[in-house]
Amino acid sequence: MAAIQEAVAGLCGPSCLDLPADVEASLAAAQQKERSPVGREVLERLLENAAIARDENLPICQDCGLAVVYVDLGADVHLTGGDLYQAINAGVRQGYEEAYLRKSVCHPFTRQNTGDNTPAVVHLRLVPGDRVRLVLVPKGGGSENMSRVFLLTPAVGRKGVKQKIIETLEAAGPNPCPPNILGVAVGGTFDDAAVRAKRVLLREIGSTNPDPEAAELEQELMEDLNKLGTGPAGLGGDTTCLAVFVDIKPCHIASLPLAVNVQCHAARHKEVVL
Amino acid sequence: MTDQIKLTPPLDDEDVSRLNAGDRVLLSGTIYTGRDAAHQRIVQALQTGGEPPFPLEGAVIFYVGPSPAPPGRVIGAAGPTTSYRMDAYAPTLIAHGLKAMIGKGKRNAEVKRAMRGHKAVYLAAIGGAGALMARCIEEAEVIAYPELGPEAVRRLKVKDMPLIVVNDVTGGDLYEQGRQAYQRT
Repeated sequence: MAAIQEAVAGLCGPSCLDLPADVEASLAAAQQKERSPVGREVLERLLENAAIARDENLPICQDCGLAVVYVDLGADVHLTGGDLYQAINAGVRQGYEEAYLRKSVCHPFTRQNTGDNTPAVVHLRLVPGDRVRLVLVPKGGGSENMSRVFLLTPAVGRKGVKQKIIETLEAAGPNPCPPNILGVAVGGTFDDAAVRAKRVLLREIGSTNPDPEAAELEQELMEDLNKLGTGPAGLGGDTTCLAVFVDIKPCHIASLPLAVNVQCHAARHKEVVL
Repeated sequence: MTDQIKLTPPLDDEDVSRLNAGDRVLLSGTIYTGRDAAHQRIVQALQTGGEPPFPLEGAVIFYVGPSPAPPGRVIGAAGPTTSYRMDAYAPTLIAHGLKAMIGKGKRNAEVKRAMRGHKAVYLAAIGGAGALMARCIEEAEVIAYPELGPEAVRRLKVKDMPLIVVNDVTGGDLYEQGRQAYQRT
């Protein structure tokens, strides 16, 4: 468990300081295509910000997020020496303190800060093999607040699903720090859809979805969402969405669950395999 | 780049009345930080006859909860937080003399009405550019509610902080104008 704690602690700083290369490349590509002068300037500033964060060891964004930790535990691994969840939280506590990250977790009613950015949200999955993969996503509050879960009527179909996704990002406007990345899960249950909508945010921008039905929906949504006009920082422009990641799975005959997890342009995550 | 208007608080009616939605601003001087929990306390103080933690007349408030200052720096990353959560409190502060708010994201009708009625403006900083914004901050000191941690009220001394006017005193709204200019159907 000490190894888990150390590994989680080691992910906190880098995840908040180092913008993933795919996100940076997509901001740079958008900057070339954006028609709005203000939009181009905002994208340039975001690239400059990412460089400053890396050079000067500062967080990309002051919102260093609530720590969401994905654990893929190999079935052949036997963890010893305590409680996995305690080890992860100890790692978050240590990592957020050591890297001068903002502690952004509080009691929901009193709003009293827990002081150490715990508790983390942990998603544990059992996978084949003898490794442990840990992924840390510092999820910002501004974009999370614009995320939605819908339990739709099956009659609305594919068209209705698309409409709800577009409405969600249109209503969010400048609030979730556009350009955004959307995690979309269709099907499953209320809880399962929300979990999948966040997990798909780990996909690499530009990667092709192996499910052709989802890939087609992603492409259509990208076109429609970038017509909204919201643009970088919501000041108007063509770059509202950097990527849409869709996951589709079967659901109950009575249901059509849809979850939309909005991610900001500071789409941070880091992983380690033990 | 278009001309940038230099502003130094405290601001008066004349300073803010010449700003139009879309104008670029470079702000220098003393401003104050405050977000969710601090706003709740400030408004509570005003409603119960108490004193706000800083003079509101002509003041500029920056909606930010910075990350901790690493050794040798005055502040960590310091970009704007989403402003609508302060909408419930902003009209009260504006009525007490607040002249400008710095944040990101849309304001509601009540806040826009208060800005028109009392002459105040809403300025946007780029959300998610916290490392870049930190460069404009020369001094930072917690002056109230230290127990709120990142949400404590800080007095900042800033130099040439680049901002853009979103809502002006005449009802201009850059978020609406910008979106409409680039919306395609």
